[in-house]
Amino acid sequence: MEILVVLEHNNQTIHRMSWEAIAAGQSLGKDLDLSTAILIMGSDVSTLTEETATKDVDEVLIAEHPLLETYTADGYARTLAQVVESEQPTYVILGHTYMVRDFLPKVCAILKRPLLGDNISYHIKDSRPVFIKQIFMGKLLAEVLPQGNQPYLITFQSAAFQSDSVRRGTGAAIRNLSITLTNEIIKTRSEDPFLETTIDVDLSSADIIISVGRGIGKKENIHLVKELAEVMGAQIACSRPVVDAGWLPPYHQVGSSGQTVSPKLYFALGISGAIQHLVGMKGANNVIVINKDPNAPFFEIADYGTVGNILEIIPKLTEAIKKG
Amino acid sequence: MKICVLIKQVPSSDALIKLNNDSTWIKEDTVVFAINESDSFALEEALQIKEQTGEGEVVVVSLGPDRVQRAIREALAKGADRGIRIKESFPYSSDPFEIASLFAAAIKDDKFDLILSGLQSDDLGSGQTGVILGELLGMSTATLVVETKLSGESIRVKRELESGWFQWVTMPLPASITIQSGINSPRYASLKGIMSAKKKEIRLIEKKELSGSIPSLQSIEHVYFPQKTKRTEMIEGSVDQVVEKLTEIIQRNY
Repeated sequence: MEILVVLEHNNQTIHRMSWEAIAAGQSLGKDLDLSTAILIMGSDVSTLTEETATKDVDEVLIAEHPLLETYTADGYARTLAQVVESEQPTYVILGHTYMVRDFLPKVCAILKRPLLGDNISYHIKDSRPVFIKQIFMGKLLAEVLPQGNQPYLITFQSAAFQSDSVRRGTGAAIRNLSITLTNEIIKTRSEDPFLETTIDVDLSSADIIISVGRGIGKKENIHLVKELAEVMGAQIACSRPVVDAGWLPPYHQVGSSGQTVSPKLYFALGISGAIQHLVGMKGANNVIVINKDPNAPFFEIADYGTVGNILEIIPKLTEAIKKG
Repeated sequence: MKICVLIKQVPSSDALIKLNNDSTWIKEDTVVFAINESDSFALEEALQIKEQTGEGEVVVVSLGPDRVQRAIREALAKGADRGIRIKESFPYSSDPFEIASLFAAAIKDDKFDLILSGLQSDDLGSGQTGVILGELLGMSTATLVVETKLSGESIRVKRELESGWFQWVTMPLPASITIQSGINSPRYASLKGIMSAKKKEIRLIEKKELSGSIPSLQSIEHVYFPQKTKRTEMIEGSVDQVVEKLTEIIQRNY
């Protein structure tokens, strides 16, 4: 195969972004007329194989080993490096998930081959793909080319491709690969994942979300947002720096490390609109943005925007809505 | 405990970005540079670990042109013991693999117990250098770390997973760990710190002195501003006019 898509799973379900990665692999395969395979790593992946093999790919490759029962960066990196060396794909495609960010740079170091991460799309130029990624926190886009010999390791950002566009096939061939791993290779010992706090704000079902960013300035100003939320019947969300500063508890956070929301209105106050935040609210119907920086990337996706000081605007807006 | 902190100097978050004439990169001369945010948290974590163990040193390592000297000096003022800078006039022509290879060649003889770096840079955001460096030096690695607990020859770290999940991972030293923003409260430099930083050593290394480096594995061909996907109605005027218009939009639609 020439395109290898690597699946991420928790032994029962396949990660949402892995379906998007399969869609990316199918798209690239079609554009470049290359064959595509899916790789599943784990200790017993039989329950995942069948579902995967219904997709329109040439092969499903299985790399099973007892040491892959739980994820470790060492185990996954060594396994993927072995598969890539024996199968010689041109492109290795993955979702830009937290797990992939943890182990894929190790594969880059082992194989000494390029890792182009967090792409939002690609286009074909002179019969080879040029990958597009956001730089400077989304203020600019860059066209990036891998250099030197294949394989090229490529990851795509959440929602760069649509999982519902994955084409079904007529039943892919399944092939087992043999992997050599030893206990000594796996240096880390992982404990069970846990949830930090119980989430008592359900942002996922909110119609109106007022989201506050660093621009609010200090914790003492948060009450201004709470008062506006009250008169608008809105839930309060925030960007990561607000949580980091301790101005709001973590469960209010929207973005790649927080919640994913899709309200009718997303009202962003003093948030610049870094990629990590925007991936959590892409599904909003309408977006209003107030920011003092006219170049804030958030304006790019706003329906209504105003350049101004939120500390001046919020109290007056609260009063005006209360009166109306 | 010998701790290395990787620091990158990046355009500050409110920098006004302009493209160069052939749209291959930005105009750097009009941009204000600052220490990458998550690298500041990595530095603070290193300083705290040194203070807890009561011995050892914190060494900041960076790559770039003369402007980077200021970032290293700032880290020294906060309490780092010495600095190392690999001289590179055009750091953005190097990819994470090349930079990590250069760092590996520059620090391999220092035999660090711990390498800390920010989880990703606010300019290119690759999030690869710390992990690649750890792998090249045969260290254990972990990313997106929000808490560290050192015990003897190993370190236990709390990793951030997706959607509010976390996980504790234990690994032997030496280790290279990437730090998530918010892990601690970075200190300010004291006047005494600023004064003593002037006497601290910053070792300069020419790129060509470092063997084992290989060319960049990727290149930025072209940069451009994103095309607007939505038609944005900008509301202008005085604060009162803006408030009036916003009130009308909100009451009409929601």
